[in-house]
Amino acid sequence: MRITINGDPHDLDDGSTLTKAVQTLTRQPTGIAVAVNDEVVSRGAWDATPLTEGDRVEVLTAVQGG
Amino acid sequence: MDDPLLIGGEEFASRLIMGTGGAPSLEVLDRALVASGTELTTVAMRRLDPGARGSVLDVLRERGIKVLPNTAGCFTAGEAVLTARLAREALNTNWVKLEVIADERTLLPDPIETFDAAERLVADGFVVLPYIGDDPILARRLEQAGCAAVMPLGSPIGSGLGIRNPHNIELIVESAQVPVILDAGIGTASDAALAMELGCSAVLLATAVTRARKPDLMAAAMRGAVEAGRRAFLAGRIPRRRYAEASSPGRPFQDG
Repeated sequence: MRITINGDPHDLDDGSTLTKAVQTLTRQPTGIAVAVNDEVVSRGAWDATPLTEGDRVEVLTAVQGG
Repeated sequence: MDDPLLIGGEEFASRLIMGTGGAPSLEVLDRALVASGTELTTVAMRRLDPGARGSVLDVLRERGIKVLPNTAGCFTAGEAVLTARLAREALNTNWVKLEVIADERTLLPDPIETFDAAERLVADGFVVLPYIGDDPILARRLEQAGCAAVMPLGSPIGSGLGIRNPHNIELIVESAQVPVILDAGIGTASDAALAMELGCSAVLLATAVTRARKPDLMAAAMRGAVEAGRRAFLAGRIPRRRYAEASSPGRPFQDG
């Protein structure tokens, strides 16, 4: 299935979880937060969140600003 | 002088809130933050860059500075609410500097979207510090909506134009029951002192320090200016008068 992660298209196996999607970017999930289709999914729920075709995953962190 | 700043039930000894935007490196930022004496500092939320080395969060954690996530870069209430919720999840704080801008050219805050987002975030349990224009009525409405502070601008972000409408800032201060934090437009130390003399509870600035030729020296200057301005406000300035008033009445060769 094809999903987008931070705006880039990614092909993941059907039934992949959100954890799998986050791992395409980082293996150190501290100081980050994730939204799927504009809804925040807390870290504890990543493993239990299966993704489906067309999902938009956003992985954000804090940077210098303001 | 024991005169803490109180926001959302938390006390801060420093009334200088720093932003972290514009610093050429984390090392320069670190030195500036230390020189400023700040205890509360903003960060922005952006897509994770897997190649990035070092994090502003490490600097803040190392220095024991409380992190204040902002919603910089958001143009709608919906974007701002989602960004605040992501910041809460990533940084484990329910504080947010709410910033919803209207356009790229002015970076002025959009009052309608800001108010909408503020209501939704307050309802969601956030401690909301909204960035607004120097509008006393909007400030009052946001306070009534449950915001923990209001943050009127002095002039547009990064402009360094200082406080363009001191009268409006005074009007906001007069009626506010929550802290008024002068945010944006500070160019140099006298601007920060003026904000405090007008009765603001704190000043938030970034560019004036991070883009100064010597950021740590400017940070120290801002620290002194905020403290001096606060003391002057508490002390009470003399009234302005049209003509001189002798400080030594009488003349040496004349009876009193």
